[in-house]
Amino acid sequence: MARIGVFVCHCGENIGRTVDCSVVAKESAKLRDVVYSVDYKYMCSDPGQIMVKDAIKKHNLTGVVIASCSPLMHEKTFRRAVQETELSPFLCEMANIREQCSWVHEDKVLATKKAVDLVRLMVEKVKRNTPLEPIRIPVTKRALVIGGGIAGIQAALDIADGNQEVVMVEKSPSIGGHMAQLSETFPTLDCSQCILTPKMVSANSHKNIKLYTYTEVESVTGYIGNFDVTLRKKARYVDDSICSGCGICQEKCPQKKISSEFNTGLGKRPAIYIPFPQAVPNIPVIDKERCTYFKNGKCKACEKFCDRNAIKFDQTDEFINIKVGAIVVATGYEMYNIGKNNKNGIKGYGEYGCGEDPDIIDSLQFERLLSASGPTFGEVKRPSDGKVPETVVFLQCVGSRDKAKGMEYCSKICCMYTAKHTMLYKHKVHHGQAFVFYLDIRAGGKNYDEFVRRAIEEDGAIYLRGRVSKIYREGDKLIVKGADTLSGSQVEIAADLVVLATAITAQPDIVPLAQKLGVGYDKYHFLSEAHPKLKPVETNSAGIFLAGACQAPKDIPESVAQASAAAAKVLGLCSATELEREPYVAKVYESTCAGCGFCIEACPYKAIDNKAIVNRQGKLIKNVAYINQGLCQGCGTCLSVCRSKSIDLAGFTDEQIFSEINSLFV
Amino acid sequence: MNYGYFPGCSLHATAKEFNDSTKLVCDKLDLELKEIDKWICCGATPAHTTNQELGIALPFANLQLAADQGFDTVVAPCAACFNRLRSADFEVKHSGYTAERVGYITGSRTDINVRILHIIQLFRDEYGYSRLKEVFSKPLKGLKVANYYGCLLLRPSLVMKLDDPENPVIMDELTNLTGAESVPWAFKTECCGASLAIPETEIVLDLSKKIIDSAKNAGADVIAVACPLCHANLDMRQKQIGKKFGADYSTPVLYITQLLGLALGIDPSKLGLDSHLVDPYPVLRAKNIL
Repeated sequence: MARIGVFVCHCGENIGRTVDCSVVAKESAKLRDVVYSVDYKYMCSDPGQIMVKDAIKKHNLTGVVIASCSPLMHEKTFRRAVQETELSPFLCEMANIREQCSWVHEDKVLATKKAVDLVRLMVEKVKRNTPLEPIRIPVTKRALVIGGGIAGIQAALDIADGNQEVVMVEKSPSIGGHMAQLSETFPTLDCSQCILTPKMVSANSHKNIKLYTYTEVESVTGYIGNFDVTLRKKARYVDDSICSGCGICQEKCPQKKISSEFNTGLGKRPAIYIPFPQAVPNIPVIDKERCTYFKNGKCKACEKFCDRNAIKFDQTDEFINIKVGAIVVATGYEMYNIGKNNKNGIKGYGEYGCGEDPDIIDSLQFERLLSASGPTFGEVKRPSDGKVPETVVFLQCVGSRDKAKGMEYCSKICCMYTAKHTMLYKHKVHHGQAFVFYLDIRAGGKNYDEFVRRAIEEDGAIYLRGRVSKIYREGDKLIVKGADTLSGSQVEIAADLVVLATAITAQPDIVPLAQKLGVGYDKYHFLSEAHPKLKPVETNSAGIFLAGACQAPKDIPESVAQASAAAAKVLGLCSATELEREPYVAKVYESTCAGCGFCIEACPYKAIDNKAIVNRQGKLIKNVAYINQGLCQGCGTCLSVCRSKSIDLAGFTDEQIFSEINSLFV
Repeated sequence: MNYGYFPGCSLHATAKEFNDSTKLVCDKLDLELKEIDKWICCGATPAHTTNQELGIALPFANLQLAADQGFDTVVAPCAACFNRLRSADFEVKHSGYTAERVGYITGSRTDINVRILHIIQLFRDEYGYSRLKEVFSKPLKGLKVANYYGCLLLRPSLVMKLDDPENPVIMDELTNLTGAESVPWAFKTECCGASLAIPETEIVLDLSKKIIDSAKNAGADVIAVACPLCHANLDMRQKQIGKKFGADYSTPVLYITQLLGLALGIDPSKLGLDSHLVDPYPVLRAKNIL
């Protein structure tokens, strides 16, 4: 005989304003099998929870219905309270009379009536609840970090320092990411390489980190605690176990005029190359597309001069299978290009010459011009003729915040790095003048606004609020035509160099990876966090976390903070030997299952398989569906396609649902 | 296929050479243009600056005429006519209220579907570059052309849908097909001052000077246009510009259809090359084109 208690919450005014809670409690008391009912202002508060616990003991309740908010909000709270009384938490149900009643209705009489109906449904359901057991799944104590920029490195180091194993994957030949390309960093102007390269070395030498560079994620299957990942280690054509990184191959390679990715096209590199001197690992890679031997079948200069015989032209891509319990995605960003042929159909800037003038460069290129390791060894020289530019115009929000270009968001870091650029430029070219066209100066952050003021007040950058309509060449000069909206005048500046703070965009190849991982992304292809405020590093795929600019434009401090947060989440996950999850999974009645396999086809999570039932002699009796409880998400798709009604969903059985519906017709 | 031809007022008057060259070129290419019977004013700038509904109803009435006369495509060489026709069509198609009002004002149905093409679009999209390349018999080798697009042809780009409004190339592509060389330059889409020529002539002199200077600096022998007002401001004002700035201004300004006509071997006087204020003959002779 069921003994059900009903607890009606006013939620302050939220429910009480539109639903007469005392009437709901009174009416509930009349329902069959309800032995106790009460209403209270804040049922989720401590006294509220005590009321529930006391009532369970005093009235010997076998089931509890809390009529309050959505189960998403407080089901956990109340189930925890119920559990403390030794009643199974699965015998507690929520009737949602807030989101589904008081918040959406105005008529108090009707709303009260509906609230009673909602309670009646749940009373019928909870009577048929069974004390389920949470599912326990084992955890592989190893994490995969995808991406070897500052976010990936920080996450890997933090996890490794927490004494868990990490596999780190980077698609390019070296880790370091964009931060390795930067000159000095705001707001303290410390050298980017100096603070990054020690971390790169640590990541490579840490006993808990296994680093794979020039490697991509091929496939991901499995679930939280138990991911099976296949990596594709791309052929480097250099045996990294033999190579000493001496660099003679680079010197001897006859192809020397290939535009260097690391130097953003402002420098050259050979076909066999180490991307930059501080690269980790310090192992070269052959650019197959441009290597003379691969193109013509002749050359092999690198092989001839390599005294360790490390060049392996017959190397092929290698596939590596690993098992991990958690994944951190830290794939970073790419800068928008103003050229004509852009990805995703995003338009270029015809009014700025579509990037065809060598002296109109983007900010990352300017970083390379400022960098001591850059193509000009840190001297500011413009690309066209090597002249030291005396007037430099900086344009902010190129692409960003521009609906016409399809990027309505703020790229967040440009205000700060442009201020930094004007400073560094002034420190190197004392007689030079920097102009900045901006829309708004967004310098929120510790010591950030002070930094911008310093650029303006001490280093004399002239800030003009407005957009630039056109840049064109007139002889030696670039004419920049813009508006100064504060003085309401048109401005024309004859510049030697123009630097565009172009938008931060998602990695162009992020979508296939996101799909492999089952991680959502927004319309700009930035990866989606599980909750914008309360779950900023989690994704909707349990066990997969985000760090850095793959989620949204971020500066270094923010990327590092998020990376450490992701690492903390991974360490938390790895701290348990087993994970607990809600037991709302499908189960098969093997006696009636005909083994038709419809459910296998229908399951979106690939959680269903065939299982052979054999007799003692090992003879096959029949095939039935088998549900992997670790993979099942309890969506119920299999139930709806099962023709023999041989599948049911724990916690939401057909019997429960039908009794809920029937209760409405009394 | 025949096209409803909408010449507009300019092509019957000040821009007669644009009309003549357009018709001669289309004749040669077997593109049949049939003037829309009883066409009326497109409204130009005055209509839409005085009354929004008038500015839509006038051009739309022309589309209704074209539809009634069985044309599914209207060709307009004048950039302003093209702009007004496209804009009216856009407004009517995107607002039920506007459609209703325009239907009431014109007393005719608004659920019509007439394509509106600019004359250069006819060459690019209907005739096609590959066929055009075949028919040019007199290549304009050695002639450097600055193609000037102005504003009305391209903007608002969402409505005009002709080319990139910041860095258009359609006229350059046509020019290059003739064997002439289109020069890269910065003032392709700068404002010529347009109708300010009447109330604020000085502004037009300043703006047009900058355009001509930019073309000359880019090494252009001639400027090509596809708009009667652009032509008027650039061709007609050069003497005044010269006077104001104390320099000689004599850069010929040709309609793109005149250039195409020359490449097709059409008699230059029939193309109206005699009617420009800056005489193009010396330059064309110097380049051995005539």
